[in-house]
Amino acid sequence: MANPSAAQDTQVLLPKKEATFEERLNEILSSYHGDESELIPILQRVQHVFGYVPELAIKKIAKFLHLPEVTVYGAATFYAQFKLVPTGRNIIRVCRGTACHVRGGAKILNEVEKQLGIGPGETTPDLEYTLETVACIGCCALSPAVVVNNKVHARMVIPKVKDILNATGNSSELRDV
Amino acid sequence: MDFRQIQSNAASQWVAMQSSQKPRILMGMGTCGIAAGAEDIVEALNERLARGDIQADIIRVGCIGLCYAEPLIEVIKPGKPSIFYGNLTPELISEIVEDYLIADNPRPDLALGIRGEGALEGIPRLFDLPVLKPQVRISLRNCGNIDPENINHYIANGGYEGLAKALTMNPQEVIDEVKKSGLRGRGGAGFSTGVKWQFCHDAPGNTKYVICNADEGDPGAFMDRALLEGDPHAVLEGMLIGAYAIGAREGYIYIRAEYPLAIQRLMVAIRQMEEYRLLGDNIMGSGFSFHIKIKEGAGAFVCGEETALMASIEGSRGMPRSRPPFPAQSGLWGKPTNINNVETWGNVSAILQKGGEWYASYGTERSKGTKNFSLAGQVVRTGLIEVPMGIALREIVYDIGGGIPGNKSLKAVQTGGPSGGFIPASLIDLPVDYESLTQTGSIMGSGGMVVIDEDTCMVEMTRFFLTFTQAESCGKCIPCRWGTKQMLDILEDITNGKGRPGDIELLQELAESVKDNSLCGLGQTAPNPVLTSTRYFRDEYEAHINEKRCPALACTELISYYILPDKCQGCGICLRECLSEAISGGKRMVHIIDQSRCIKCGTCLDVCPTRFSAVVKVSGEEVIVPGEPVPVAAMKASAVASSRSSNE
Repeated sequence: MANPSAAQDTQVLLPKKEATFEERLNEILSSYHGDESELIPILQRVQHVFGYVPELAIKKIAKFLHLPEVTVYGAATFYAQFKLVPTGRNIIRVCRGTACHVRGGAKILNEVEKQLGIGPGETTPDLEYTLETVACIGCCALSPAVVVNNKVHARMVIPKVKDILNATGNSSELRDV
Repeated sequence: MDFRQIQSNAASQWVAMQSSQKPRILMGMGTCGIAAGAEDIVEALNERLARGDIQADIIRVGCIGLCYAEPLIEVIKPGKPSIFYGNLTPELISEIVEDYLIADNPRPDLALGIRGEGALEGIPRLFDLPVLKPQVRISLRNCGNIDPENINHYIANGGYEGLAKALTMNPQEVIDEVKKSGLRGRGGAGFSTGVKWQFCHDAPGNTKYVICNADEGDPGAFMDRALLEGDPHAVLEGMLIGAYAIGAREGYIYIRAEYPLAIQRLMVAIRQMEEYRLLGDNIMGSGFSFHIKIKEGAGAFVCGEETALMASIEGSRGMPRSRPPFPAQSGLWGKPTNINNVETWGNVSAILQKGGEWYASYGTERSKGTKNFSLAGQVVRTGLIEVPMGIALREIVYDIGGGIPGNKSLKAVQTGGPSGGFIPASLIDLPVDYESLTQTGSIMGSGGMVVIDEDTCMVEMTRFFLTFTQAESCGKCIPCRWGTKQMLDILEDITNGKGRPGDIELLQELAESVKDNSLCGLGQTAPNPVLTSTRYFRDEYEAHINEKRCPALACTELISYYILPDKCQGCGICLRECLSEAISGGKRMVHIIDQSRCIKCGTCLDVCPTRFSAVVKVSGEEVIVPGEPVPVAAMKASAVASSRSSNE
């Protein structure tokens, strides 16, 4: 992807169209005290609102918490939850836990990859879907499982993959941004 | 309002609900129930009740553990035992409303079981079923019975009575009670809970913390999720008791973000506690004050390790540090800190409610009480179970779990997730307690139990776990960072048919060295799958290495698919379905798979009609097939000819 300024490429994801990226970010920061232990909660909030952690956010968070940027960057890259590039409007998480694995989770993942044309960690060029794998969502008794925008689909079989992907495209079941 | 008053209000509310003339429908609404379609069932139920103008209360409860039967409901009609119905669909729920709620036919054909006073012909008692009979419910005592978002339900069932009792004792007496119970940490390591509390209690300092470790990261484990979703107050009450005993005024719940429903139920529970002044200053007028904060994990398995978890709460990367000093001396922000896992806290509240001696009456000499397991994998009845320590593994797999589906045989049981090991089928009579499991090379772990059948390749399974631990290694210490990578590389070679003689010994040497030298529990236990699989399933490794053969027919690189020429009827289904256009053929021609194009997806095997069964999967052997498609009739003729010649 080309490297448009952070403000530009997040504009489409903003819930309040009139608020600029920076205003939105300031609004987020204003609900915190500036204590070091708030770093992860702030990153979580930024990830939730923007769908990723933009470079500018890392700079502003560092300033706000009086931490070096590298510390913020370090935390943002350590935890699987944070993405440094924009994610799609629909997040598909295929569970790769043990129970899902012994009950054919790999085949389900293959099918999702085939349907979307992307691999784990990738986003479709139209920013419609991001595919992720997750270590375990704790739905082992009903494995294999796929999570689409926080809705868990259990006892997955290959033909059902198409159905659940189609359902996201057509409905307004979009991620809460 | 003082606690006795709260209790009596809750009790009268509970009694009023029990004796109500309206039918009640308890709906299992844990993550698993919802995933299985519980929301659709509620919708269909509401719609049907409204259409028939039927008065009934729908109560959302947690998971009773019968996940295999989800979506699941319990229907209670006044004056009758309650009836459980499982595997529901919107159509079935409509039938149940019509037949049972309106017409009074309990539909024994659909019912799983009953509970409560009385009997119903043709329906067994739920807790007499093999899946529930061996179980003892202590930490899961309320799961599936109460509305987890209604604190009064918890209080009416003995909730916060343990805390009330603890507050009349001095902290040392509380610790002694927990010691008497014999409770050991349910997060995996199995350290005595009472002794752990004692260390923290004895540590100097005025500021101390308690932490609830709800970062249930083991793939294949969901016990803590189910407990938090089904009965959050049981865990919170345990934390309060622990905080009082060690002298902490602040507590944290570190919970993984992958569990949104559990987080939401905890937040509701905490709000209700604050309303009842069960959290905050001067709880129950005792002078004891306590506050709880929820910290969401951000997706790092290593944060289940206590020092990494604390680093994460402090806002850093979740990396462990060496111990000593132990958290009991220097933990969160350098203060004495006591960390226990969700299930441990859930047991603490029961112990204070009913006494340490009562708890110790369950279990074995050294492993007291009960343990929760999430039973999953290749087993008929998957679910969440709570069993007394010392129960035979066989009882769990065959009685509770109902054995292996599809007439397959058991190969192994995996306990303890990626930190645990494989217990081979030959040790199926093993008692499940801390010591016995450790002796096999596996661990109790947090309670994941994945049943593995004959179709699973143990080398591939080991590779799977190492993929996980290698990716989750935080990278701080070299044995773990590089050791897991090296082990994974060797395992990948073996499963790809590139294994070399000596690989098994090399793996074992690496495993021992990573186990001995890693900084934290992640690295120290990551070699367990390698150590147990090479110990019990060495023949599978040897087949992969020496014969380039996968006995379980699971490793893609080592298997091939063939179409048997004497069985193929030339129907063309496999040709149409083949994903990689590797099959050639024609009408009434024997089809051929081009091995160089085959991606080994197995589609041809799945779609070949069973009356032909012409596709076979083999490893380490070759099947003689014609070079190009030939007419089916010609193959038949030659088959007849060859059988004749062999007869002569």
